[in-house]
Amino acid sequence: MHTKSLTELAHGLRSGEFSSVELTQHFLKRIKQHQDLNAYITVTEETALQNAIVADARIANGQSTALTGIPIAQKDIFCTLDIKTSCGSKILDNFIAPYNATVVEKFNLAGAVLLGKLNMDEFAMGSSNETSYYGAVKNPWNINTVPGGSSGGSGAAVAARLAACATGTDTGGSIRQPAAHCGITGLKPTYGRVSRYGMIAYASSLDQGGPMARSAEDVAILLQTMAGFDPKDSTSVDLSVPDYSAGLNNPLAGLKIGLPKEFFSNDLNSDMAATLETAINEYRKLGAEVKEVSMPNLRLAIPAYYVIAPAECSANLSRFDGVRFGYRCENPVDLTDLYTRSRGEGFGKEVKRRILMGTYALSTGYYDAYYVKAQKIRRLISDDFKMALTEVDVIMGPVTPTPAFGIGEKIADPIEMYLSDIYTIAINLAGLPALSIPAGFINGLPVGLQIIGNYFSEDRLLNIAHQYQQVTDWHQHTPKGFE
Amino acid sequence: MSLTANDVTQIAHLARLGIDKQDIDSYAKDLSGILDLMTQMSELNTDHVDPMAHPMDQVQRLRVDTISEPNNREKFMSIAPQTEAGLYLVPKVIE
Repeated sequence: MHTKSLTELAHGLRSGEFSSVELTQHFLKRIKQHQDLNAYITVTEETALQNAIVADARIANGQSTALTGIPIAQKDIFCTLDIKTSCGSKILDNFIAPYNATVVEKFNLAGAVLLGKLNMDEFAMGSSNETSYYGAVKNPWNINTVPGGSSGGSGAAVAARLAACATGTDTGGSIRQPAAHCGITGLKPTYGRVSRYGMIAYASSLDQGGPMARSAEDVAILLQTMAGFDPKDSTSVDLSVPDYSAGLNNPLAGLKIGLPKEFFSNDLNSDMAATLETAINEYRKLGAEVKEVSMPNLRLAIPAYYVIAPAECSANLSRFDGVRFGYRCENPVDLTDLYTRSRGEGFGKEVKRRILMGTYALSTGYYDAYYVKAQKIRRLISDDFKMALTEVDVIMGPVTPTPAFGIGEKIADPIEMYLSDIYTIAINLAGLPALSIPAGFINGLPVGLQIIGNYFSEDRLLNIAHQYQQVTDWHQHTPKGFE
Repeated sequence: MSLTANDVTQIAHLARLGIDKQDIDSYAKDLSGILDLMTQMSELNTDHVDPMAHPMDQVQRLRVDTISEPNNREKFMSIAPQTEAGLYLVPKVIE
């Protein structure tokens, strides 16, 4: 059952081939069997079985949606009513969310079954899932390597078939990078397409939730449920949601693909370059035209991002003060001691580093030199994309500089870790949608191809990904031991 | 650009963030390295560029000023570290 697509699962449930309770028990059993991957922070067995019973009744009544009875796992950044929501942090280890995120609410309304909450880098700050208070997640393709981050639990759970599908969030690559490292399909939608209400904030002008699943076809089904205007999110965009599955089979003849020369410079690892070239050749066979484009300011994306994201993070994370919820230190002597020690004991090292960096960048005398300068560069990067997307329909490139790296390999050097986001963060600065699809393997580890589109072109991106998945089978490979 | 241990202590104070004494030097080194990376930004002249705060250049949406949320006071207070009589408790701030 765990090898079926979402469409096949929905069909199996409706035809009575299996019930949602059986399907849920099957996934719960797999989660237990593969606990060593550390993909889940919380497994909500009771909730899952209750959801499944309700879903079975709903299916019997003919009231089902495409996701009724389907077991899904949520990144532990989405608030789930009466269920622990830790965001991968000690400071929220005791936090039982008092309300549901809009994304969670939407999956509940659709009748999906909640299997549990997935591991992640602490507050989504990391590119390897090693900053989690709950320990590193292992990549099912090679348990000595990282699954990517920050949605590493989501990547590992979908790749190892410990959930039919999952959610992630992407502030600088946190959906696409683990999708690439785990050999699955992950979409970061346009900023504002998916509600951020109840999604614990890291950098509010960059954060965006999105779906992670095995294929573009599955991702389209999930996005259909997740997307849409939400009055509870002040930056949610009030635009109608298209039918994401309707155009999946559109032919690609005449599609114009741009390859930024800055992405394919000599810095790109030659195995990666060769794998991506093969993938792009498939697109040529499907009738696409390929041309080079240039985005000269891309090289400044990393410095701009690592000013803007920590600045926003230092403001957002000031809400964790030990007063209203979350961790409080023992025996505070005064209010300042309460704040300082609760935060100091509750946050991990990378989160502290970013709070310090952000506080510095926003402090008197440095605001213009760092924060305003970074925002100006953000504009130039965004303009580069706008310009390129007048010449071509989509931009393609790598997701990561290399396949998954070893656990422990980069964690001691923050800058080396930050550089692993080099191909993904510019997209967040611009607010564009982008997805990662499996495009081959290097030494047994999956490689992702990134496809970047214009604002609100998720339907087109899914069509382009789906067409590739009709002529290749990279997305159907399963890691050994998880078949 | 390099930060001293004193700078780190001052920034940590601004952020009300406790850091262990033995970690101060490593934060100073890491943050200095990150700031070096930031200096690449100064290579580019941005004198006539408008700062971009937000991908959609949105303005805050307004809504009708009516009550839309139910009162969840008890639920919200039930997850607080310390409360009394509907108030959050913190160490005494006024003698």
